[in-house]
Amino acid sequence: MSFSVILSSIAEGMERSVGIFFLTLIFSLPLGFIIAFGRMSKNKLLQAIARFYISVLRGTPLMLQLMVVYFAPYYLFGFSIGNWRYPAIIVGFVINYSAYFAEIYRSGIEAIPKGQYEAAEILGYNKIQTFMKIILPQVIKIILPSVTNEIITLVKDTSLAFSLSYMEMFSIAKQIAARETTLMPFAIAALFYYVFNLLVSVIMEWIEKRMNYYR
Amino acid sequence: MVYLKMNHVKKSFGSLEVLKDISLEVNQGEVVSIIGPSGSGKSTLLRCATLLETMDCGDLSYLEKSAATIVNNKTVYERPAKLNEIKSIFGLVFQNFNLFPHFTVMKNITDAPIHVQKRKKNEVCQEARNLLAQMGLSDKENCYPYQLSGGQQQRVAIARALALKPKVLFFDEPTSALDPELTGEVLKVIKGLAETKMTMVIVTHEMEFARNISDRIIFMDKGVIAVQGTPDEVFQSEHTRMQEFLGKLKH
Repeated sequence: MSFSVILSSIAEGMERSVGIFFLTLIFSLPLGFIIAFGRMSKNKLLQAIARFYISVLRGTPLMLQLMVVYFAPYYLFGFSIGNWRYPAIIVGFVINYSAYFAEIYRSGIEAIPKGQYEAAEILGYNKIQTFMKIILPQVIKIILPSVTNEIITLVKDTSLAFSLSYMEMFSIAKQIAARETTLMPFAIAALFYYVFNLLVSVIMEWIEKRMNYYR
Repeated sequence: MVYLKMNHVKKSFGSLEVLKDISLEVNQGEVVSIIGPSGSGKSTLLRCATLLETMDCGDLSYLEKSAATIVNNKTVYERPAKLNEIKSIFGLVFQNFNLFPHFTVMKNITDAPIHVQKRKKNEVCQEARNLLAQMGLSDKENCYPYQLSGGQQQRVAIARALALKPKVLFFDEPTSALDPELTGEVLKVIKGLAETKMTMVIVTHEMEFARNISDRIIFMDKGVIAVQGTPDEVFQSEHTRMQEFLGKLKH
């Protein structure tokens, strides 16, 4: 198997990994807000549900969660899970990451001084305006470094999709390595993960800098 | 005309009774200072008046529009829509300024008039520039709060409150976070407002200042109004606690 063939197979796997990455972010970033609001809600029931959700999803391995999401429809309800593999992977990643994002959002929201809310109230802003105009922009600035951490972890975690036999970058590298008895596919995969994360951190740093116009 | 009226205000935090039956009236154009030791309930009274805190018991009205009334020994507040209308009557300047750090000075002042009061942007910006000039901050309109001194930040906060054209302006220890020099800048601005007959209620520890600009001074102690009257009446009062409080100030 020539180097270029190996490279192009791994690149194909990379495309799938990137797919998981973006779909997970698109859904888990907003879902995290809903969970965070539940967690901070004055409604005890909502709060308990959110606490439980976060506790379970942070307290068990992502790989196990992927298995449960994938196989549960079959074992619990006897559904056919033929086309469920890819959606299951995305659902698994999204719920897991939303739990982490929820806690990051909560830490940011709780870091905003009470005086900001009071000033907004006195000036007559309604609740939505207060959150969108006054609180959220400040929260984003505070949580950006933690979110960057989480996003970088996600890049690497996409390899866990191999546990559901989904042919993303890591699975392909592993397969080729076994067949050709060489470490090279792993080296290439490592480089791909690294470059991708480098790109992520450059972009996030650029955003952080853009938020630095105030202190 | 009575601009602010509070009757039989009571407020407890847990078992701690902070306000014990306080009644207070502020007339149009009057400057009232509230002085007293820490923990006497001054700030809590202000926070009740500005609806940041709910009263356990008490009537509250602005310009004869009721915000809360006592029914069976409990406070019943008006509906949110009516309260919002009442909130537009007053403004509040905080001890810690509470400017929005991600807004420029100009946006801090103009954002609420434009997006809450829905006034025309041009008109609001022009007024904001006039206010900044009045505060001696004309060159700061594009600065962010972190670029300003505490005194400058507090003057922006005053401009921000004035931009909404309140009929009553409250100050909650506006100079307590400032050094003596910066305190002077801010007090000068407040004095200027007093000269324009702005109705103001000021919680302060600046005794000389209170004495100079107030029409009336209220001395609070342990949740009640212990002494009130004109500055001379209050400062010459024989009230022991008042004398102690002032004595402590003299060292």
